[in-house]
Amino acid sequence: MTAYRRIGRALLRTALQAIPTILVIIVLDFFLLQLAPGDAADVMAGEAGSATEETVAALRSRFGLDLPILHRLFAYLDNLAHFSLGFSPRYNMPVAELIGQRLPGTLLLMLVALAIAVVLGLALGSIMAVFAGKLPDRIISVLSLLFYSIPGFWIGLMLIVLFSVKLGWLPSGGSGTIGSDLTGLHAVLDQLRYMILPATSLALFYVAIYARLTRAAMLEVKSQDYVRTAAAKGLSPFTITTRHILRNALLPVTTMAGMHLGGMLGGAVVVETVYSWPGLGRLAFEAVMGRDFTVLLGILLLSSLVVIAANAVVDLLHAWLDPRIGVR
Amino acid sequence: MANASLLSVRDLTVKFPRIEPVRNLSFDVSEGETLAIVGESGSGKSLTALALMRLLPKAAQITSGRIDFSGRDLLKLDDRSIRSLRGKEIAMIFQEPMTSLNPVLTIGRQITESLRLHEGLSAKAARLRAIELLDLVRIPAPHKRIDDYPHQLSGGMRQRVMIAIAVACRPRLLIADEPTTALDVTIQAQVLDLLDRLRRELSMALILITHDLGIVTQWADNVVVMYAGRKVEQALPEALFADPLHPYTRGLLNASPRLKDDYHYTDGPLTEIPGSIVSAIGENGCPFAPRCPIVRSGCRTRVPDLLVPAEDRLVACPVIFAEGERHVAARGL
Repeated sequence: MTAYRRIGRALLRTALQAIPTILVIIVLDFFLLQLAPGDAADVMAGEAGSATEETVAALRSRFGLDLPILHRLFAYLDNLAHFSLGFSPRYNMPVAELIGQRLPGTLLLMLVALAIAVVLGLALGSIMAVFAGKLPDRIISVLSLLFYSIPGFWIGLMLIVLFSVKLGWLPSGGSGTIGSDLTGLHAVLDQLRYMILPATSLALFYVAIYARLTRAAMLEVKSQDYVRTAAAKGLSPFTITTRHILRNALLPVTTMAGMHLGGMLGGAVVVETVYSWPGLGRLAFEAVMGRDFTVLLGILLLSSLVVIAANAVVDLLHAWLDPRIGVR
Repeated sequence: MANASLLSVRDLTVKFPRIEPVRNLSFDVSEGETLAIVGESGSGKSLTALALMRLLPKAAQITSGRIDFSGRDLLKLDDRSIRSLRGKEIAMIFQEPMTSLNPVLTIGRQITESLRLHEGLSAKAARLRAIELLDLVRIPAPHKRIDDYPHQLSGGMRQRVMIAIAVACRPRLLIADEPTTALDVTIQAQVLDLLDRLRRELSMALILITHDLGIVTQWADNVVVMYAGRKVEQALPEALFADPLHPYTRGLLNASPRLKDDYHYTDGPLTEIPGSIVSAIGENGCPFAPRCPIVRSGCRTRVPDLLVPAEDRLVACPVIFAEGERHVAARGL
C-alpha cells in the first residue's frame, strides 16, 4: 500500500529533521542552566551543613563540575552520542534509569488528562454550539471561564478537600495502594482511582480551551453549504451535528491538543507536587532545587522529543481527518 | 397542466424581521412537469425553494400560506415528518457544487447516507446502489470514483454527484436552485440534459430556479417570472417568448442577447432595465413601479392583481392592456 510508504517516509523525514532541532535545544538549555547560581556541589554541601572548602572542591572534581564549560558541554554531547544521558550526582544513578522510572507515570497522567480534556472539551463545546446564545451555552461559558482562570494547584487542593477529605471517595495522593498485591484488572482499577483527581485537575484548564475552540469551530462550520446539503437529505439534527459539523470542527482542536502535549509537562510539575505523584514533573522540580543539571538536561531533552513526536502524530491525524491535507 | 397537481403553493409569504422577500406567492407543479422560476438576484427564488424544503434560515418565518405536497400541508408537518420527506420525496440541488459537498467524507459515503436513512439499505447494498447512481449521472469508472473525496473531482463532476445524492431515493419532486450557475457553459448543457433525462426516467417533477432565460426556452414546461418576492407573470415558455406581457419580463428578454434572432452583442448595446431591485423595498404598490417605463400613478398605490389574459397565462399588470401602452411596450421599450 502506497499510503503506508508515504507515512513511513514522512515519519523518517520528521526524525531526520528532529536531529538538528534537538542539538540546538540541548546546547541552548545547557548554557541557560549555567546561568543559575550555584551547582550540585554547593547544594549538597549546604544540605550537609558542615562541609569544608576541601570537601566541596572534592565533590566538584568527582562530578566533573570543575572542568571548563565547553569541556563539560562536549562531554555531555559525547555521552549522548553513545546513547547515554549521563550520571546524576545527587541520585547516584544513571539519568536514563532515573527518567525511565518516572516517565511512565507522567506519560500516563498526561495522556489521561489530555484524553479527558479532549473528550470533555468536545462534548461541552458541542453543547455550547448547539445551544449557542441560550442558557446551556451561557452556563458552560461561565464554567469554562472559571476553569480557564483558576490555577491548577488550587483546583487540585479543592478537589482533594471535596473528594478525599469530605467525601472520602478518592485517595489524596500517591500512585497506587502501597503494599497491595493486586494483579490484572484490579491493579488497573486501583491505579485509575489514584489518577482521577490529578488527571482532572490537570485537564480542567484544557477542557476550557477545547470547549471554546470547539464551539467557535462548530458555529463556523454550521453555516457551510454542505451542512445545508446534509439537512436536505433529511438527516436528524444529531447526525448532522456529529457526522457533518463536529467532524469538520475537529481540526483546530487536534492542532491545539498536539501543541499542548508539550506544555502539559509544565502543568504536571504543579499537579504532581500537589498529589505527590511520582512523575517527571516532580523529578524536574527536585532537579532544579538540587541544581542537578544532568537530570534536568535529560528531562528537557526528553520533553522536546515528546513535542516533536506529538507534532508528527498531529500531522498524521490531520491527514487522516482531512483528506485534502494528505501526507507528503 | 394536464396531469394531477403534485405541489401547490398558495399565498406563501416569507418574512425576515425587516423585509418580506417572498410575498403572496402561488404556483402549482404537476407530476412530471418542469417548472422554471425566473428572476434576478434578490427576487426571492432561492428562499422559495428553501421554504418548500422547510430549510429557511432561522431568522426567516413563513407568516402565511400553505404548501400542499400530494395532499399534505408541508407547513403543518412536525420536524420528524418533514425530515422523512426531505431527500426521499422532495430533494434539492444547490447552486455551489464546490462547497455543497462535505470535504472530509467520500462521495460514496455522502450518497449512501440518504439511502441508508430512507430506504434502510445495508452498507453493502447502499454502496452498490451508489455505484449505480454514479453511473446514472454519467461519472466514468464509478466503482473507483466512489471512494474519492470531493476535492478530487471537477466542478461539473461534483454537481453530478450532488444530482446523484438528490435522486438517490427517487424523489417525486426535485428542486434545482441555479444548478449550473457555477459551471462553465459546455458543462451547463450537459448537466441540464442530465436533469431532464433523469426527470423523464424517474418521472419526477422538476422546479428549475434560474436567472438564465436561455435555459427556460429549452427545458421548461411552464415559467413563473418573479420580481421582488411576487409572481409578476406566468406562461408557457413559447407564449412567454413570443409575447411577453409584463414590463419586467420584456425588460429581461431585451437584456438577453441570445433570444433575439440574428442579434449579436457586437451589433449594438443591449437594453438594460434601469434602476435596481432594491427600489422595490417599501413600495406600496407594484414592486416594479420605480423601474417601470409605463408606470401610471395608480401603480404606486395598490398591488396589481394577477390578470388572466389567456388560458395558462397570468400577468400582474393592468396598464399593458390600456390603449396604446401595449404597442409602445412591444416595440422594445
